[in-house]
Amino acid sequence: MINSLLEWTGDLGSFSWKVTRAAVTRPFELREVVRQLDELGSKSLPLVALAGAAVGAVLALESRSSLAHFGATSMLPAAIMYSIVHEMGPIVTALVVSGRVGAGIGAELGAMRVTEQIDAIEASAVNPYKLLAFSRILACIVVLPLLTLVADFSGVVAAWITATLADPIAFQHFLNKGLSGVTVSDFLAPTLRTCVFGLIIGLVACFQGMRTEGGTEGVGRSATSAVVLSSLLVIVADVVLVKLILVFFP
Amino acid sequence: MTQDTPQPALALRDVHKSYGAQHVLDNVSLTASRGETLAVLGRSGAGKSVLLKMIIGLQHADAGSICIQGQEIGGLGLAALNRLRIKMGFVFQHAALYDSLTVEQNVAFPLTHHTTMSKSERSDRVGELLSSVGLEHHRGKMPSDISGGMQKRVGLARALALRPDILLLDEPTAGLDPITSGEIDELVLKLQREHNLTSVIVTHDLRSAKTVANRLVLLENGQVALSGTFQELSNSEDGFVREFFKRDFIGS
Repeated sequence: MINSLLEWTGDLGSFSWKVTRAAVTRPFELREVVRQLDELGSKSLPLVALAGAAVGAVLALESRSSLAHFGATSMLPAAIMYSIVHEMGPIVTALVVSGRVGAGIGAELGAMRVTEQIDAIEASAVNPYKLLAFSRILACIVVLPLLTLVADFSGVVAAWITATLADPIAFQHFLNKGLSGVTVSDFLAPTLRTCVFGLIIGLVACFQGMRTEGGTEGVGRSATSAVVLSSLLVIVADVVLVKLILVFFP
Repeated sequence: MTQDTPQPALALRDVHKSYGAQHVLDNVSLTASRGETLAVLGRSGAGKSVLLKMIIGLQHADAGSICIQGQEIGGLGLAALNRLRIKMGFVFQHAALYDSLTVEQNVAFPLTHHTTMSKSERSDRVGELLSSVGLEHHRGKMPSDISGGMQKRVGLARALALRPDILLLDEPTAGLDPITSGEIDELVLKLQREHNLTSVIVTHDLRSAKTVANRLVLLENGQVALSGTFQELSNSEDGFVREFFKRDFIGS
């Protein structure tokens, strides 16, 4: 078990080095990066917006009853805004993306590996670490913060709708109360930490996909392991990053 | 077969390859002159495809040397290896077409990455290549929409896109009906004549080897059992060679 873990970590390190080296040499395959931004970003948008809205609605329902115990329902917008921007938006977005995109990348690259398409790319003197891996990893790093903003926004709107059904409040007023005392760094640090989540999801999914062995069964295993490992590592990274953010942006 | 070039287009010397305890290739040496077509035969698992993948640098030899046009590929960095790969075309056993790209985009793939051709020049070149394999009317189709034989022909067109000096074919007729196999053999012969390619063909198909190859190499237990013309091999008294020919050719 420990041996396998060490071997996996070593292989991941070697893979990361090959991708990094490929990333800094010409040509930069920008067309493929743009295609992946659309594939991974635009097509994840509805799912992320829906997940964000669901979390916002649940938060509004739960927080209202909790705050009512202390006679602090006026704090509802601030509590919701804080929860969504600081934690729920980033982590829900990362988990949704690791499910959709992680499985997609793991299966796609896995299928390309077992059908020798990756060998064909190499035989054509094109670097697959750049064309396939770097483009997807960069797209994940770029789209995660943008999707997080979408999740944050839809979460706040859903929370306002839920809150206003119980106790009508104008959206502008809800926002003003939620944003009072909020600084730019309150938004920036939690949102930008999703770049790290994007790196983890892209790197792990590409790695699992490109090392696929064992035919169609192997493709299934790669897709599953891409989702499981990237989700797990995102959660672990979240704990570490939250601690770091609290240290550097108290 | 031409023997006038002082340096072979392709030379393998004492190449060894193992996977764990399994010795796939054991001190294999072979050469191919410019314009020569070499057919590599052997039982399944004899290491024929591994041999082909080592020539283009997709797999690495544990020992021995592989020289392409006089250049040893063992110690090459990726950039130098890729410069050499551009001079080679590889036709995969199952075509290995990019399934998210159309037939046209598949053939254009090497051109897009290694030439500065304009879109119309690229389109003309793709048309010329597809026409040479008889698929000019299928350029907009996806690989999944064409037959296995057509996929192999598209793979061949893709391999020829950069006008390689060396063509490597991994079982180009495997799994195809005799008529389509014959068509592919004729196509390979025609392309060799037109472009004076050096070719290495891995095959189980003796009929195909007889048609397209100048020389045959028979692998047994990871070693070169015999090498020579079709006639020389078919007259051999070696038990394995006789058995191979009897099973695969003479019997039919």
